[in-house]
Amino acid sequence: MEKLLEVEDLTKTFTLGSVLSRVKITAVDDISFYIKPAEIFALAGESGCGKTTTARIIMGFDHASAGTIIHGGKKEAKNEKVWFTEGIQAIFQDPFGTFNPLREVERYFFETIQNYKLAKSKQEAIARIDAKLRLVGLTYEDLAGKYPSEFSGGQLQRISIARALLTDPKLIIADEPVSMVDASLRMSIVNLFKKLRDELGVSVLYITHDLATAYYVCDRIAIMFRGDIVEMGTVEQVLMTPKHPYTQLLRASIPEADTSRRWQGEIKLSDTETDEYLRQGCRFAGRCPLVMDVCRTTTPPDVIVEGAHVSCHLYADYANS
Amino acid sequence: MKVFRDLLRDYRFFFGFWILVLMLVFASLSLFSPYDPGLWGEVPRDMRPSAEYWLGTDSNGQDIFWIATFAVRNSLTIALIAGLVSRLIAVTVGMVAGYLGGKSDRALMFVSDSLLVIPLFLMIVMLAMLIRDSMGVVSLGLLLAIFGWAWDARLIRSQILSLREREFTKTAVLSGTGTMRLVLNEYMPYSTPLIFSTLINNMAWAIGLEITLAILGLLDTSVPTLGTMLYWAISYQAVLLGRWWWVLTPIVLSILLFVALYWLSVSISEYLDPRRRIQRVGVG
Amino acid sequence: MEEIILKTEGLKAFYVLDVYGKQKTVKAVNDVDLAIRENEIYGIAGESGCGKTTLLKTLAAAMEPPLRIVDGRVCYHIAGADVDVSTLSQEEIRRLRLEYIAYVPQGSMSVLNPVARIKDTYRDFIESHISTQQRDEAFLLAKEHIVELGLPPKILDAYPHQLSGGMRQRVTIALATLLKPRIIIGDEPTTALDVVVQRGVVQLLKDVQRKLQNTIILVTHDMGVHANIADRIGIMYAGKIVEEGSTDKIFGDPEHPYTQYLINSLPKFGDKTPRESVPGSPPSLANLPPGCPFHPRCPHVKEICKQEMPGFTQVESNHKVACWLVGEGEHGKAA
Repeated sequence: MEKLLEVEDLTKTFTLGSVLSRVKITAVDDISFYIKPAEIFALAGESGCGKTTTARIIMGFDHASAGTIIHGGKKEAKNEKVWFTEGIQAIFQDPFGTFNPLREVERYFFETIQNYKLAKSKQEAIARIDAKLRLVGLTYEDLAGKYPSEFSGGQLQRISIARALLTDPKLIIADEPVSMVDASLRMSIVNLFKKLRDELGVSVLYITHDLATAYYVCDRIAIMFRGDIVEMGTVEQVLMTPKHPYTQLLRASIPEADTSRRWQGEIKLSDTETDEYLRQGCRFAGRCPLVMDVCRTTTPPDVIVEGAHVSCHLYADYANS
Repeated sequence: MKVFRDLLRDYRFFFGFWILVLMLVFASLSLFSPYDPGLWGEVPRDMRPSAEYWLGTDSNGQDIFWIATFAVRNSLTIALIAGLVSRLIAVTVGMVAGYLGGKSDRALMFVSDSLLVIPLFLMIVMLAMLIRDSMGVVSLGLLLAIFGWAWDARLIRSQILSLREREFTKTAVLSGTGTMRLVLNEYMPYSTPLIFSTLINNMAWAIGLEITLAILGLLDTSVPTLGTMLYWAISYQAVLLGRWWWVLTPIVLSILLFVALYWLSVSISEYLDPRRRIQRVGVG
Repeated sequence: MEEIILKTEGLKAFYVLDVYGKQKTVKAVNDVDLAIRENEIYGIAGESGCGKTTLLKTLAAAMEPPLRIVDGRVCYHIAGADVDVSTLSQEEIRRLRLEYIAYVPQGSMSVLNPVARIKDTYRDFIESHISTQQRDEAFLLAKEHIVELGLPPKILDAYPHQLSGGMRQRVTIALATLLKPRIIIGDEPTTALDVVVQRGVVQLLKDVQRKLQNTIILVTHDMGVHANIADRIGIMYAGKIVEEGSTDKIFGDPEHPYTQYLINSLPKFGDKTPRESVPGSPPSLANLPPGCPFHPRCPHVKEICKQEMPGFTQVESNHKVACWLVGEGEHGKAA
């Protein structure tokens, strides 16, 4: 099977606290996953689960403590621009922060073209910019001479995607791309990812906490919890028949826009965040309704249950089969 | 030009600007001075202000009006040299330390912290005593520049540190923009107000320090500056002897300069404040 | 039907700004009639920049220049009498806001003092609100209150930064409801939170409401939260309420094209049919289109929509819509 991007045993640790009381936090703990060409892959989880750290490492804004990232058969090299030109671009969460408010938006487009030598003349550059903007439903005229404050959040996010497309990337990393876009405009962005996948064969690493849009747009999904991938598979497998108790809790906690499906029952919340990172064994053990003794002492194995990867002691029987 | 018209609507800028223009005109009158500022006894001593000697004369036998034109010119030159050179150092140090971080940051901040910790005034006084004889306009400006950048470099550094974490930095990196261009294109617009206001503040500081050093007799007193004018007035007991025109001229001129610089600094930094700029861009 | 506790009549609240000589009016709340009842959870939904936060500010009597009430009024029903907020003195408004209305903001860090233990924040709060004789009693009450809301009492000894975001938000809610306010105003209280935590906070708000039998006015853009908690929902667009109805009606049978788009664009599990966003972008409140503000984005736009803002049509007893497509000819009379 062809793999566009492969992440192997990626680990990232941070040290918190002062000299005297150092606490080592494993933000990303030995995770592995891959992304196929023309696929939308979701890395989902709550804040502090390590999904953004993973994205930062793939984008080259942060360095891994251990593990490798392989893209197009090549390992990542530190501080190398080639990494991006060979096909990884990114869009960010805050559309209003993506562009410097004191600069015209189009300058980022011209700079990208200039830096990657994508056009020989200004006409050619404008033609390329216009073509990419048309993919997201805008034109160069809409953009020319304007500042970020003259656009809505939804427009800026589309402009951001158009800029990312300038270099004809194979993979776009989208870190919470719709969480700050208005509900009424969210689908226009999400639908764009589908269009990019289907028409241009671009893959998207979709980082999100919003499982409903992930279900709508993605092919496969990995659920992260406190640095671990606890469940991974197709969105149908993971979100429609969740195996891991955490995925089940997450799935049940999503407020659905359906008055007949209001929440029932009570849930247990964690009191503080650092406790769970430092927990031995399964990090979810403190809140898991199905917790067993083994969960508190041993790290759960990674097993395949009905086609999905699950990291939970409940499914230990599957390890041998 | 629109910027300038917008600025002139602010009364502080309006007054600050015109006072400064007046001072510059006054300073440039020194080019037409009938007397050589290096010579004494050109005119009768201790004359009150009159039609012939507009601001009177001093006990050295110099015409106060004309000597004051030289004084303003020299003081402004010192301030400008100190301000511009120290800005150059502050901006470079601040931006390099802020953007690169790590070892270069620690090294540069060690130097600037050391400058902040040592008693600056004593240091300058000592150095001024050592090189007193060659303490002209340019050398004094440079001396003040060497000591005047540390705090502002810190300010710029902390600004760059916070800008570096903004998402548009990542957008620029993904656009393939190199470090140098990134800092200049993305961060400069945010730093300009800071650079401007610190420049003006620094100039005011330089003028103040020049006056202090001169009164202590640490400058070449044959070079007319606002400070040396006061030095001579004090050493000839001008206040006691009722020669108010001699004392008042440098004092009024320095106060005008300080006020003008302060107003300009406040109003320009307010105008260049990114939040206000965004607001203005929005209005069109 | 329960009594009306808070109402607005033709409320217009504008920001009047002077930007370098150009006057700019931001019509954030533009002719809003609300009637919020006792013992209900009223949801206000709308996208950012639709004026919902400004509406909350006027409802909470927390206006500051340049925001001004240009027209209309806000009335509270206190102890059997209608009180117009504009007739109250600063001191009366302060008391009103402390004892009658509680405000739960989005970020809880601004409410809790970062360098004080939760217990000290509670003590300060109690001391500023309750006369000295009752203080000890009040503090015991506070502890009870926390336990009652299902929070561990040990959090009283913690500093805010030691608590998770969700716990902080629940502590803020506990603090806000300590004096048993009649109205709780929540401005996106769950927005920055994770889904699991959000569920916990919503659960808490519901519990509080059930216990106190009071009114919650909840602003959020998350329709899922509204579906879960609200009794009635007002849909806000460009400074106006364009549709109001029971939660079931809004989700099951929306009438306004904007509401329809809003509801239908929400992704659902087990349903991958393509969904569409509302075309175009929301208008700037400083530069509203004439007529119905939604007309430039509306797929069913008619000539009259471009000229005149429709009044409300009462579709059913508990459902009204401001749209020319619905109940032609009855506009302006109903409501």
